[in-house]
Amino acid sequence: MKFIFSSNTWQEIFGSIGKNKTRTAITVIGVLWGIFIYIALAGAAKGLDNGFERAFESTAMNSMFVWAQSTSMPYEGYKTGRSLQLKLSDVNTLKNRIPEIQYIAPRNAKGVFGGSQAAVVRGQKTGNAPVYGDFPIYTKIATKKIYDGGRFINDEDIEQARKVVVIGERTQKEIFEEDENPIGEFIRVDNIYFQIVGVHKFVPGGGFESDTDMYIPYSTYKKLYNTGENVDWLTIAAYDDADVIQAEKDVKAVLKSIHNVNPEDERAIGAFNLGEIFNRITGFAKGLTFLSLIVGIATILAGVISIGNILLISVKERTKELGIRRALGATPKEVRNLIILESVFLTVISGIMGIVLGALVLYGIDAATQDTDMPYTNPTLPISYVLGALGIMVFLGTLIGLIPAQRAVSIKPIDALREE
Amino acid sequence: MIEIKDLHKSYKMGNNSLHVLKGINFNVKEGELVAIMGSSGSGKSTLLNILGMLDVLDEGSYTLDGVPIVDLNETKAAKYRNKFLGFIFQSFNLINYKSAAENVALPLYYQGVGRKERQEKALKYLEQVGLKQWAGHLPSELSGGQKQRVAIARALAAEPKVLMADEPTGALDSKTSYEVMDLIQKINDAGNTILIVTHEPDIADMCKRIVHLKDGVIVEDKIVDQVRASQYV
Repeated sequence: MKFIFSSNTWQEIFGSIGKNKTRTAITVIGVLWGIFIYIALAGAAKGLDNGFERAFESTAMNSMFVWAQSTSMPYEGYKTGRSLQLKLSDVNTLKNRIPEIQYIAPRNAKGVFGGSQAAVVRGQKTGNAPVYGDFPIYTKIATKKIYDGGRFINDEDIEQARKVVVIGERTQKEIFEEDENPIGEFIRVDNIYFQIVGVHKFVPGGGFESDTDMYIPYSTYKKLYNTGENVDWLTIAAYDDADVIQAEKDVKAVLKSIHNVNPEDERAIGAFNLGEIFNRITGFAKGLTFLSLIVGIATILAGVISIGNILLISVKERTKELGIRRALGATPKEVRNLIILESVFLTVISGIMGIVLGALVLYGIDAATQDTDMPYTNPTLPISYVLGALGIMVFLGTLIGLIPAQRAVSIKPIDALREE
Repeated sequence: MIEIKDLHKSYKMGNNSLHVLKGINFNVKEGELVAIMGSSGSGKSTLLNILGMLDVLDEGSYTLDGVPIVDLNETKAAKYRNKFLGFIFQSFNLINYKSAAENVALPLYYQGVGRKERQEKALKYLEQVGLKQWAGHLPSELSGGQKQRVAIARALAAEPKVLMADEPTGALDSKTSYEVMDLIQKINDAGNTILIVTHEPDIADMCKRIVHLKDGVIVEDKIVDQVRASQYV
C-alpha cells in the first residue's frame, strides 16, 4: 500500500506514460468514451424516468377510473343493452369487499363527458366551466394544488351541502381582475350563488382535466342537478403494494354482481387503469436504464481492454528498459506493480474525464429541455452509480493490467538486456 | 570477495545441450581489477552473467562477500544485484526518457533511498565522472563516452561490492575507450573491486590481472603490470 502513496512511484509512472503522449492520449480517449456513454445514457434514461414521474405526479400511480356502460349480454332476465348507473352505495360495498382499495372517490361531472358546461357569472363577466361534484377524499388520489388562502371541499361542505366552489386558475383570470382576491367572493354557477373557497393550480398531466374545472361538494351537486344517489364514475386508488390489474378485475366483478350483470360481460363496466399504464411506462424507463447500464459497461469494458492492449505493446517496447530496471535491482513485484498502477491510473484519469464530460452533456440536455413539453426532468445519476462505475474501472484496470504486468515480469532481465 | 568453485553451466538448444562453462574455479579479492578475456563462445559473458546473478549456475558454488549465492529466485536476485553489484554494459543501457541524474539515481530508488538523498548522491557521482554540468541532459544529448560515464556513475551510485563491466569500451573509439578506462582505473585505485569482460588486449593490459577463458575453462590466470590509461588521454 505504501507503494501506491509514494511520490517516487508516481514519478516513475508519470515518466513512463509521459514518454509517449500521443499514445497515452488515444488510450485515455478509449475509456473516456466508454464512461461518457455510460453517464450520458444512464443520466438521460433517468431524466426520462423523472420526466414521466413528474407527468404523473398529481395522480396516484396505482389508481384507476371505473364507470358504467351498457350490458352486452343478457343476465337473470335482463335484456342486452341495459344502461347501468353506478350508485353511491357501491362505494361502501367495494371498500368492504376489496381489501386492496385504499381510497375510493365517487365523482359526478357536468360538461366533461356529456352535458353542457355550467355558466359562470360574476357581475358583467361570464364564462363556461365544467362542474365536478366531489368528496374531499378525491385529493388523496389526485393531488389538487390550491393557491394560498384557499382550500378544497371539506367534510362539512358535504354534510351541510354548502354552496362553495373551487375554481380553476383560468376561470379566475376570466372573471376577476388581476389584483382581486377571489377567496370569499360569490359567483353564480348555473344561476345559483356559490362562495369561492379556493383556486386550484392546473398541472398538465394528460387526462381530461382542465384549468377551468370547478369543484363543488357532492351533496350540493346532487341538489343542484337533481342526480340523486347517482355516481358518474369512481376514482379508485389501490394500496402501493397491491396488484392494480387484479384490483381492477375485482372492482369490475363486484360492480357486476351489484348491478346484476353477467360476470362474462366485458363491456358493461368501463375502466381506465392508470396504474397499469404507469407500470408500462416506468417499465419502459427501467428497461432504458438497464439498457444504458449494459451498453455503458460494455463500452467501458472495451475501453479498458484497449488500455490493456496498449500496455501490452508498451511493455514489449519497454522490454529493454524493464530489463535495465531489473538489473539495477527492481524486484519482479516492483515491476508488476508499476505496470498495474499505470493501467489503473490511466483508467481512473480517463474515467474521471469521461464523468465530467458526461455531466456537462447531461447539464446541456437539461438546459435544452427545460421549457419544453418533453417528459424529461433532472437527468442525474446517483453518486453511488458514478462511484460504482469508477470502482468497476479500477477493478477492470487492475485485472487488465495484470496481463501486461505478467508479461513484463516473465521476461528475464538477461534476455531483455540482450535485445537490441 | 568472489569465490567460485567448480562452476558448470550448459544451455539446452532443442535436443542438444551446449556445455558452456566446464568447471571454473576462480577467486577475486577485494580491490582487484580483473579482465576476463576470451574469443566469442569462450563463455566469458556467461561467466559474467552468472557472477552478476542475471543467470543461474547449474553446478558448483558461488560466494559473494561471504554470502553463498544459492536458491536464487527473481526477487532475491534483484535484491542481491541491487545491494552487491553495479553493472556497466557495452550499449550503456541508460533509460532514454530519464535525465543523466535520474538514470544515476535509479538504483538508489530501488534501494529505497529518499528523493533528496538520491539527487545529492546522483550529483556527487556525476561529478566524480566529470559530468556534473550534464546532469539534466537526456542520454540522447550525450556522446558515447559521456553515456558510458553516466552508466559508470550509475553503477557506482549503489555503492556496490563489485563492479561488473561487459565490454565497457566495445562501442567506443580508442581515445574515448582510454578515457573510460582511466576512469575505471581511478575507481579501482579508490579500492573498488572491478571485473571487466573484454576481447581487446590493450584494454586487458590496463587491468591488474587477466583471466583467459577458452572453450569453457580457464586456460590462463596471470597478474600483469598495469598500463595506466592516463598516459594515452
